[in-house]
Amino acid sequence: MERHHFEAELQNLRNQLLTMGGMVEERVHRAVHALVHRSEEDAKRIIASDKEINDLQMDVDNRCLKLLATQAPLAVDLRLITSAMKINADLERIGDQAVNVAESVLVLIPQPPLKPLIDIPRMAGIAEKMIRDALDAFVKRDAELARDVLRRDDEVDELKDQVFRELLTYMMADPGTIQRALSLILISRNLERIADHATNIAEDVIFIAEAKDVRHNVQVDKP
Amino acid sequence: MLMADHEMKTTAPDTGLRIKTEIKVQDPSAAVPAGGAPDIVCRNVNLSYGDNQVLHDVTMDMEDRRVTALIGPSGCGKSTLLRCLNRMNDLIDNVRVWGEIRVKGLDINSPTTDVIEVRRRVGMVFQKSNPFPKSIYENVVYGLRIAGINDKATLDEACERSLRGAALWDEVKDRLGESGLGLSGGQMQRLCIARAIAVEPEIILMDEPCSALDPIATLKIEELMYQLKEKYTIVIVTHNLQQAARVSDKTAFFWLGRLVEFGPTAEMFTAPRDKLTEDYITGRFG
Repeated sequence: MERHHFEAELQNLRNQLLTMGGMVEERVHRAVHALVHRSEEDAKRIIASDKEINDLQMDVDNRCLKLLATQAPLAVDLRLITSAMKINADLERIGDQAVNVAESVLVLIPQPPLKPLIDIPRMAGIAEKMIRDALDAFVKRDAELARDVLRRDDEVDELKDQVFRELLTYMMADPGTIQRALSLILISRNLERIADHATNIAEDVIFIAEAKDVRHNVQVDKP
Repeated sequence: MLMADHEMKTTAPDTGLRIKTEIKVQDPSAAVPAGGAPDIVCRNVNLSYGDNQVLHDVTMDMEDRRVTALIGPSGCGKSTLLRCLNRMNDLIDNVRVWGEIRVKGLDINSPTTDVIEVRRRVGMVFQKSNPFPKSIYENVVYGLRIAGINDKATLDEACERSLRGAALWDEVKDRLGESGLGLSGGQMQRLCIARAIAVEPEIILMDEPCSALDPIATLKIEELMYQLKEKYTIVIVTHNLQQAARVSDKTAFFWLGRLVEFGPTAEMFTAPRDKLTEDYITGRFG
């Protein structure tokens, strides 16, 4: 017995999350690009287009609810659909964080650059790759790749701490830098949160693939 | 009753603060639950109809005052195993059963075991409700009359107790003399449950008890099962996976006469260990 209709619906759901993942990853990339290249236009476009992500989020949730109500999914299907709802929320939050970065960029552009940007683009690069790999792991049900994503979260956290420390010294030396330094601190904080969302997605992938709940550093079999 | 056993209310020591904490124990096994001991013990149970072996080395325990669901595709042996538990297969020619089945310690296949006694202790409810063409009252007390009990007060008491136990009393108490065949499908099935519990069995076997019922009647039977398991050990065969998921504590998946996987229901339906189980319950079988 094959459930062609149901399979097709699940595939649509996966595809839609992938599309959404690609969109938010691109927004993160463009937001940091706008920061480095001081592009007001890019930043404004990211802010204006957040609705696309929000609409997708609602559509994905509707699909999941419909599948839960009509297909009575069990086992791996149940894990997939409930996790898809969580991944959906994480992706939407990543989109929001990209908007936050873009807003800080708009604050920074009218002012002279505070310092050359090195760590923040590096954080963004790692976070983007984490999103991409988490979704890749989701599609392939690859728990090993998902675990690799989890490990990378620490790198982003360390970079964030480094950015904080460095900017603190700027602010102490010259209170005139406080506004710019704070904006950069907020951006590094946004990027760190983005990596956290990618981590959540990777944890969901492990749950889908292995029925293990690895959140909060507890490694237990479900249920 | 069962729930009450799992809930522990604690009140913070009187510190003058008007704060009460209520702690609900999350894991039922952490408290001391009623039941749970092995009640029906199957050890290497085999069964053949002539040359056709339909059960192979089934070993499992059904626990006291728990609902055990048997699931699997048609012909997997689940109903056959159920019928072994009160020796209903005796009624079929050419049946041979070997292995061990103990019900509360009693070896039910022993030559010295009285099959009538087995069936009194292990009641059964069938797919199609089968009330006798008698009054509601006589349907319920039928088993007692067969056992030679004719005292009206005893029968009245048993009738009310059983109908209450089957959640049917309020619907029929004013028309106990009417025919049992005049009830709705769901009521007839509950009448059969009342008849089964009138003789005070320890175990109730249910063979697809809701497959002929509409969703409302089905939910009533399922609600009833939650109540019944406070007193009885229940084994249910069902094709409805959602029903197994809703009502049972443990689920056993059968395939081609073999027990493939047996475990806590929540685990079986969210994270089955066996690929066959996974394929069956997600509808990707074959």
